[in-house]
Amino acid sequence: MNKDDLKLLKSITGKDSLDGAYNIRKNGTSIERKITENTNIVTKEDNSGIDIYVKDNASFEFIYIPVIITESGLMDVVYNDFHIGENSNVYILAGCGIKHNDKNKSEHDGIHRFYIGENSKVTYIENHYGEGDHLNSKILNPTTEITLGKNSKMDMDTTQIKGVDKSIRKTYATLNDNSTLTITEKIMTEKNQSAKTLFETSLNGNNSNCHIVSRSFATEKSKQEFRSKIMGNNKCYAHVECDAIIKDNGIVSAIPEITAKHVDANLIHEATIGKIAGEQLTKLMSLGLSKKEAEKEIIEGFLQ
Amino acid sequence: MLELKNIYFKRDNKTILNDINLKIEDNKCIIITGPNGSGKSTLAKIIMGIEKPDSGKIIYDSKDITNLSLDERAKLGISFAFQQPIKFKGITVEKLLNLASKNSLNKKEINELLLKVGLDPKEYLNREVNDKLSGGELKRIELASVIAKDSKLIIYDEPEAGIDLWSFKSLINLFLDNKLNKKETAIIISHQQRLFKIADQIILLEKGTIKSMDSICCPNKNCCLENIYE
Repeated sequence: MNKDDLKLLKSITGKDSLDGAYNIRKNGTSIERKITENTNIVTKEDNSGIDIYVKDNASFEFIYIPVIITESGLMDVVYNDFHIGENSNVYILAGCGIKHNDKNKSEHDGIHRFYIGENSKVTYIENHYGEGDHLNSKILNPTTEITLGKNSKMDMDTTQIKGVDKSIRKTYATLNDNSTLTITEKIMTEKNQSAKTLFETSLNGNNSNCHIVSRSFATEKSKQEFRSKIMGNNKCYAHVECDAIIKDNGIVSAIPEITAKHVDANLIHEATIGKIAGEQLTKLMSLGLSKKEAEKEIIEGFLQ
Repeated sequence: MLELKNIYFKRDNKTILNDINLKIEDNKCIIITGPNGSGKSTLAKIIMGIEKPDSGKIIYDSKDITNLSLDERAKLGISFAFQQPIKFKGITVEKLLNLASKNSLNKKEINELLLKVGLDPKEYLNREVNDKLSGGELKRIELASVIAKDSKLIIYDEPEAGIDLWSFKSLINLFLDNKLNKKETAIIISHQQRLFKIADQIILLEKGTIKSMDSICCPNKNCCLENIYE
């Protein structure tokens, strides 16, 4: 990896070096890998991606699965399957950074499937980054499939701030007894970028819980669409919140759907879309910030 | 010194402020009181620049600030404590105080400021200033943000709103402390007669007009005010 590659890598991981197991993929090929005592990473036989195996009773495992794309005209599809043992505590950071200055588009479709063992906890951070002058040339379509075992927990945090021209993000989850899924999504689009999100969650287990919060900002001529489908199939609790700020000619659609198939399914959905609250601008301007500075602070705080 | 000259303000065919003329000297504590609908909050917002008068002038430190925007007046050292504190999403107490002070306060000073308004820094520094905080907590943070800012004139719009009975004494102490130590000019919009005792001057506003401007030397300073609050 050259200096630019390392900079692109850091834009996803936020780190200068990776302390844990990792697999770095560049322009469609795995270029660097490290395994640990509790985490093994194996290339799939058909070369379509990798399998990541975490042993039972692994405490504080760190795993990094970043992808960087620096060539144009690339179509990269990869399957990463995470098999998490029982009673383990794992931190996984993944994401894709695309940087090129060519009008030919590059696209990365990453399919991440999580099989989380009983009593385990997974923190999953996904960052997406794009850089380059040509419009419609950086495309990311991440798919996440999650199966949560009994008493297990997953916190998923996804961020996409500018740079990505088109993205369709799909997340499918199945929750067993006493399991909890928390998803936080932050998206910012500008120019004529578009971002679509779909969450489908089946709360099959007794006392399963799901919390989804989406915070987004659409400005200039960009468009966003948020869809969530929650199926309450047992005694369960779900709360879905879509909160969006629009500016200029930005468009946001929020379509939350909840279905209760059990009398003890407790399902809530909320959606709010609007411009930056005038009173928030007034407060910050009364502290001496200009209108532009106030807007910047409000959006940064909102998407934090 | 702040001077208001012939301020008029009308909305929906109703006169809210009718030819207001007022001079406020530096380092004084002035209370503006009056019944609901008398125009007190509107007057406060006009001084700050949140509202613009239909006609008239505002002179501050010999400069005509009538056409200056809200943030331009804030940069001159004019500050405003909102009656209903503003809630955000994602901005923490620490961040708000840093924005107010332009990052000029160190961690120790921020902690001392929170203690001054009755909040434990360990508990509140990283809390978001959002709707999960109680009205009283939000009010204290609002006051802290105004104290954190570099101010020469602070306008408090009904600071007692949202403060419980037991905390009112510490609110008075806060004003007294500012009056004695910081040499700021304070304009307090208030109904609270207990605050009148700390004022250098009490201005009574009624139906958009100044009815009396009473200095603290007047022995009967509460008499005309008692009629309003019967």
